[in-house]
Amino acid sequence: MAAEKSAQNTPSIGTYLRNNIREYGLLVALVVIMLFFQVVTGGVLFKPVNITNLILQNSFIVIMALGMLLIIVAGHIDLSVGSIVAFTGGLSAIMLVKWGIHYSIVVPVCLILGGLVGAAQGYWVAYQKIPSFIVTLAGMLVFRGLTYLILQNRPIGPFPKDFQSLSTGFVPDFLYFLNPVPGVVANFFALVVVVALVGLAIYYGLRDRRENEKHGTENEPFAFFAGQMVIIACVSIFLGFMLSTYKGFPNVLIVMGLLIALYTFITTRSTVGRRIYAMGGNEKAAKLSGINTERLTFYTFINMGVLAALAGMIIAARLNSATPKAGVGFELDVIAACFIGGASASGGVGKITGAVIGALIMGVMNNGMSIMGLGIDYQQLVKGLVLLAAVFFDVYNKNKG
Amino acid sequence: MDNIILEMRGITKTFPGVKALDNVNLKVREGEIHALVGENGAGKSTLMKVLSGVYPAGSYDGEIHYDNKLRSFSTISDSEHIGIIIIHQELALVPLLSIAENIFLGNEIATKGVIDWKQTFNRTKELLKKVGLNEPPSARITDIGIGKQQLVEIAKALSKKVRLLILDEPTASLNETDSDALLKLLMEFRKQGMTSIIISHKLNEIKKVADKITIIRDGGTVETLDCHNEDISEDRIIKGMVGRDMEDRYPAREPKIGETLLEVKNWNVFHQHHRDRKFLHDVNFTVRAGEVVGIAGLMGAGRTETAMSVFGRSWGHKITGDVLMHGKPVDVSTIPRAIEAGLAYVTEDRKHLGLVLNNNIMHNTTLSNLDGVANSGVIDERKEREVATGYRTKLRIRSHSIYQEAVNLSGGNQQKVVLSKWLFTNPEVLILDEPTRGIDVGAKYEIYTIINQLAAEGKGILMISSEMPELLGTCDRIYVMNEGRIVAELPKGEASQESIMRAIMRSGEKH
Repeated sequence: MAAEKSAQNTPSIGTYLRNNIREYGLLVALVVIMLFFQVVTGGVLFKPVNITNLILQNSFIVIMALGMLLIIVAGHIDLSVGSIVAFTGGLSAIMLVKWGIHYSIVVPVCLILGGLVGAAQGYWVAYQKIPSFIVTLAGMLVFRGLTYLILQNRPIGPFPKDFQSLSTGFVPDFLYFLNPVPGVVANFFALVVVVALVGLAIYYGLRDRRENEKHGTENEPFAFFAGQMVIIACVSIFLGFMLSTYKGFPNVLIVMGLLIALYTFITTRSTVGRRIYAMGGNEKAAKLSGINTERLTFYTFINMGVLAALAGMIIAARLNSATPKAGVGFELDVIAACFIGGASASGGVGKITGAVIGALIMGVMNNGMSIMGLGIDYQQLVKGLVLLAAVFFDVYNKNKG
Repeated sequence: MDNIILEMRGITKTFPGVKALDNVNLKVREGEIHALVGENGAGKSTLMKVLSGVYPAGSYDGEIHYDNKLRSFSTISDSEHIGIIIIHQELALVPLLSIAENIFLGNEIATKGVIDWKQTFNRTKELLKKVGLNEPPSARITDIGIGKQQLVEIAKALSKKVRLLILDEPTASLNETDSDALLKLLMEFRKQGMTSIIISHKLNEIKKVADKITIIRDGGTVETLDCHNEDISEDRIIKGMVGRDMEDRYPAREPKIGETLLEVKNWNVFHQHHRDRKFLHDVNFTVRAGEVVGIAGLMGAGRTETAMSVFGRSWGHKITGDVLMHGKPVDVSTIPRAIEAGLAYVTEDRKHLGLVLNNNIMHNTTLSNLDGVANSGVIDERKEREVATGYRTKLRIRSHSIYQEAVNLSGGNQQKVVLSKWLFTNPEVLILDEPTRGIDVGAKYEIYTIINQLAAEGKGILMISSEMPELLGTCDRIYVMNEGRIVAELPKGEASQESIMRAIMRSGEKH
């Protein structure tokens, strides 16, 4: 019995890999795809300016994927996010450019408006029990139409400088006076932060393992833990170093990082997150357990609306103009990111880290193929096949296990 | 009549890490009804899956002889082809298609892909007559009751020229009348020379129909009993199943009954879907502290509906009446409020309404009272672990850890997880709806023991069950329901199977 128990707490590497192949597979896939494009683009992919670009181009997909993951885990879908992006981008442009309101007022107002848009859709899904596919398909058309209306078919721009810097600005080098190699490292602060974060990750990783051991929870084999930490540390420090040789951290990277941390916390540690997973896993059982499933669904849509509004402003600021065509097709990228990241279309399953890595995979592929000069035709084709392959991998694993 | 139609020899089937079947032998004579019994997880269903080709030849060891020939099936259609048909517990019918369409699904009477409806309907009528089902072939499956659906499955089997019919828990969700009809039909088929294998937990039914009983325990054959040579008692079968004598199927309890906890007055409810139909009429009942109160009745009498409508109006509409706890009116208009008032409802359908199957034991345990393990919305992992471990130990949930997914647990252990969930809300009154449905004898005993413990702690228990011996064995007082009304209230001394049935019959005459 004792032997059996300890065997369960630290499984052999083979068993562990089999049980967790999805998560490692995803990480390995991301690394492989990055290396592949690094080679075929002749080293352009990892140039500091391109890494910066990659972050700027994909931050909004990642941010929306956080909300979409909750929606998908809850057992729904939101097709309207692309239109909400355009709508809130348009609203922000009217307020900032036409009415000349300061961004410190516009940003919160737009987030609230995004929440209202989400609520308007969530109401039909949660309380009137209309399938989310239909409600948000309607929303996709309605808000696209409204965008054309409010923008009167013309793009609005340019934006005030301070608003633009939300999206395209960088965190200044607070520690420039300590920089040992000013010729190489342009933003010493970025480098210090990355190293500090890696240190923290290792510290907390080790602490969790100790905790788990104490309580008999399953631990990954130490070789795995160590290997994983080494890879993550190397990759992070490498990327951080690259960024520091250019302009340092883009502002959106900070926003994105904080949101990822917040949503990881919500999904793994909060009662709200737990309830969403339970609801997606079995809505009737969750309801009979005293969970207000209607209100929970309503909230997930409000949340999605707020995140889409944030993404809309980031995009508008980045393009320096709000156009009626902004965000066309984004919903598909966002949804694909979640499914590549292992979310289940039937609800109840999915992780924030998965969705983020899924979004990065999509982003790196977009970026890499653009550098290679492949047209939109091939890009779509390849992305479609990758989505199918990722989901097939899931299904195959599930049937085997 | 005496030839062996089926012989399974030395069947061994292993799954990664588990030996599900270990050298099982089964011999079935042509024209007999052969019962297969054993606790949940003993290997009955696995054995039948080996026989029907769900697990293809080569994935197990051993031999299957059918009609004196060695057979190896690689798909289900191989076994169906030679007349072995299995009807699973969860029926495989398409709800929105008609009876006729279902019977000939995948086996349509057609020329070049065009269905011959006239012949389909005629053949269906013949088949329905054989199984004694009086419904038009065009009736949709969803519009007929579960008992009739079972008959459609059998008609479907007959359409495939069945010689060996395997029924997995055919009466688990049927009421007494429908079960009787089904068993009679099996006996009718026996007269015509058909062979059947029946898997069931209901030993009284097996006693009624079986010629032979093979008992399986822990993946191995224990024995085969011949019902014609000796009189086999239920206790004798149970002894074989659990490997020891079960002195008493219901643990004894000294009732210590206190004040009235729950009181429901003049409870009237309209049907959830047929909104003009009044379903519950002036239902009144009470549950006292330390008391186990039963509700008996036939399927459709309104027992589950009573419980669910009281529990946060989770069933029905236009609900009127009063619910009192400790003599004071309480608000039970939503499920959270009902929980707040001290009620808990353990559903009869644990897979669909009780558990989040892909979540682990710990998550299921704390689901109804997450705030009990959280500080301002943040879950305290240590506390949650302690709570889940506590209930796992207390209710003896057999699993390798609290992190095991609920879907991988046996029925009895799943039921214990649902119970843990509700115990953690610390209710004063627990409503248990068919708490032992589909779980094996050993686990049933454990559930009864838990019920006794709860009563001893001063909680009130309201227990709904379709198994009368269970109610008689555990309850201090039994209400009898029929057609949405409470028609009798019997104290322990007066309650018997006869008195309950009499109450139901008498009330039926009145209306």
